[in-house]
Amino acid sequence: MGPAAAGGPTAVPSRPADLLRVQGLRKHFPVGGGWGRPRVVVKAVEDVSFAVPRGHIVGLVGESGSGKTTVGRAILRLIEPTAGRVEFDGTDVAKLGAAALRRFRQRMQIIFQDPYSSLNPRMRVDEIIAEALTAQAPMPRAERRDRTERLLLRVGLRPEQMRRYPHEFSGGQRQRIGIARALAVEPDFIVADEAVSALDVSVQAQVLNLLQDLREDLGLTMLFIGHDLAVVEYLCDEIVVMYLGRVMEIGPSEELCAAPSHPYTRALLSAAPIPDPAAPRSRIVLKGDIPSPVEVPSGCVFRTRCPHSVAACATVVPPLVEVAPGRFSACIREDIR
Amino acid sequence: MAMAEAAAEPAAIADETLLQIEGLRTHFRKDGAVVRSVDGVDLRIPRGRTLAVVGESGSGKSVTSLSIMRLIPEPAGRIVGGRMLYRDRTGRLLDLARLPVSEMRRIRGGEISMIFQEPMTSLNPVFTVGDQIAEAVALHAGKDRAEARRVAVEMLRLVEIPAAERRVDEYPHQMSGGMRQRVMIALALSCRPSLLIADEPTTALDVTIQAQILDLMRRLQREIGMSMLFVTHNLGVVAEIAHEVAVMYAGRVVEQAGVEAIFAHPRHPYTEGLIACIPRLRRHAPGQQRDREPGGRRHRLVAIPGSIPSPAALPPGCAFAPRCSRAVDACRLEIPDLVEVAPGHRSRCLRWRDL
Repeated sequence: MGPAAAGGPTAVPSRPADLLRVQGLRKHFPVGGGWGRPRVVVKAVEDVSFAVPRGHIVGLVGESGSGKTTVGRAILRLIEPTAGRVEFDGTDVAKLGAAALRRFRQRMQIIFQDPYSSLNPRMRVDEIIAEALTAQAPMPRAERRDRTERLLLRVGLRPEQMRRYPHEFSGGQRQRIGIARALAVEPDFIVADEAVSALDVSVQAQVLNLLQDLREDLGLTMLFIGHDLAVVEYLCDEIVVMYLGRVMEIGPSEELCAAPSHPYTRALLSAAPIPDPAAPRSRIVLKGDIPSPVEVPSGCVFRTRCPHSVAACATVVPPLVEVAPGRFSACIREDIR
Repeated sequence: MAMAEAAAEPAAIADETLLQIEGLRTHFRKDGAVVRSVDGVDLRIPRGRTLAVVGESGSGKSVTSLSIMRLIPEPAGRIVGGRMLYRDRTGRLLDLARLPVSEMRRIRGGEISMIFQEPMTSLNPVFTVGDQIAEAVALHAGKDRAEARRVAVEMLRLVEIPAAERRVDEYPHQMSGGMRQRVMIALALSCRPSLLIADEPTTALDVTIQAQILDLMRRLQREIGMSMLFVTHNLGVVAEIAHEVAVMYAGRVVEQAGVEAIFAHPRHPYTEGLIACIPRLRRHAPGQQRDREPGGRRHRLVAIPGSIPSPAALPPGCAFAPRCSRAVDACRLEIPDLVEVAPGHRSRCLRWRDL
């Protein structure tokens, strides 16, 4: 596939196995405008395209302001996309009416970073799960109880814990409750938004193992949003790297991490602290700060911090092009790939 | 160890040690119960070096650093035992745990300063960053305003803030998170401290900004020759910044050693577990075996089972025993001592020889 046609959304070739296909997704937020200040538009997500094959875990990584969380929420239509297609199992979710959307939500669930703020503190665990179980249709009490028990066992909690309240659990256990609630509607697809970022490392490993088991046993498809590249490489089959609302690079996890093509991916990988004092370090320390999403640089959004930028980077928005089979990069410097 | 015994021991520390903490206990009172957040911490902070204190939530690492600064909110919390022997600039040996408040005020900011995870909680939003640094300089070094401002600009340059002459007049909210953390560091260093305590200073920052701040802190520590106590939960950050490492669990230090020894030959099962359970980029761990069929399963991570005990309900004996695969009956009977297992390497585990 060559560079996308001028003006049109950048496209990643579709594969028959794709469960989710995001194409040309945009989300703009108007901000300011009060107290005599000019109204400006924050382009939080700009022309984002990628696909998630059935049964795979795709990682979405980026720093603050990259738009990764906005992408996750726009896919589920927890926020309304400004433009673009979100095709889920052949249906454009972005165009669904309220009733049809509700049916689709049963197939798509989300797990949040901070399980505590997403669990009602006044509800017991069994009530939290039951609420999810009966969101679509009523269910007899005995069945409800039986399914709740099985869900808790599935995520590694004991059924006798179901009459407790969220505050009686540790952070890792609360995340398990959040996962059980997401699984209650038997979804095909889960967005995990920084789902392990707030957990202690010893507990993070337990939850990563659980997510793998669920993918394996239930055939779940997942979009895993994170900022720790080591975690994302470990868990995901494919990685989408975002910076200031745009996709910089897409590729299979190991290839992308072993031989990053885009200068931003290289810098991001080299900035990750290595938990081994004896490891050789060759660090690319990026100068300056991430620009404000209100004043995004022209052309390539990364050019102001890029060690390889040239004059042309300021004028052209680099298209996402296939640089090797299955690998895409948005950089005009073909000489440094 | 009983308090009477501790007090009877002569107060002495080795020349290469700046601060030696022995049996520090800091307890809090909550809902009528005693929470033993720090319950017998032993630490040595070497002169001119960086000691990283690593631990998960509830390990007592932040309470330890607040105890050194004597910033424990009383009366809810209190240092109830132990010594913190510190050699000040004039060569006197002080016990920070018993120092009068007025003298502690001189040490705090003058010889020991501290930076936090969230700079906005320590920076005053209604003063320019220059005013805040100038105030600290004037307060502790007795300089006049013009001179203090000149020093403020110099300090902003030291922490590599671009256009320092202009930014000295900005307010904290006009700056990014990374810039604010630089200002905090400038503020903390403005009095040339002997010891800088940094409590998770890069945790709230993006990884490319974290790399910049770690670079800066490493350079400043070397140039100024100060000691640094770097509190973090991130073993990657530990490997980047530390000379020495102390691992904390449930209010105690379970292991302390040089950074290479900790990673290469951990002598406590908790340290061993922590190092094993973090996913690594494969480029840094080529030996790590994985199945990489797309959609296929990965090797399982070695997770530590269970969760960290609440400091209000610690198990008897070794606090890690309930999660430890090597625990034997003796582990549950009494708290093991922190013993020297190799020169400069101490472990609080009965079974360190078997690791």
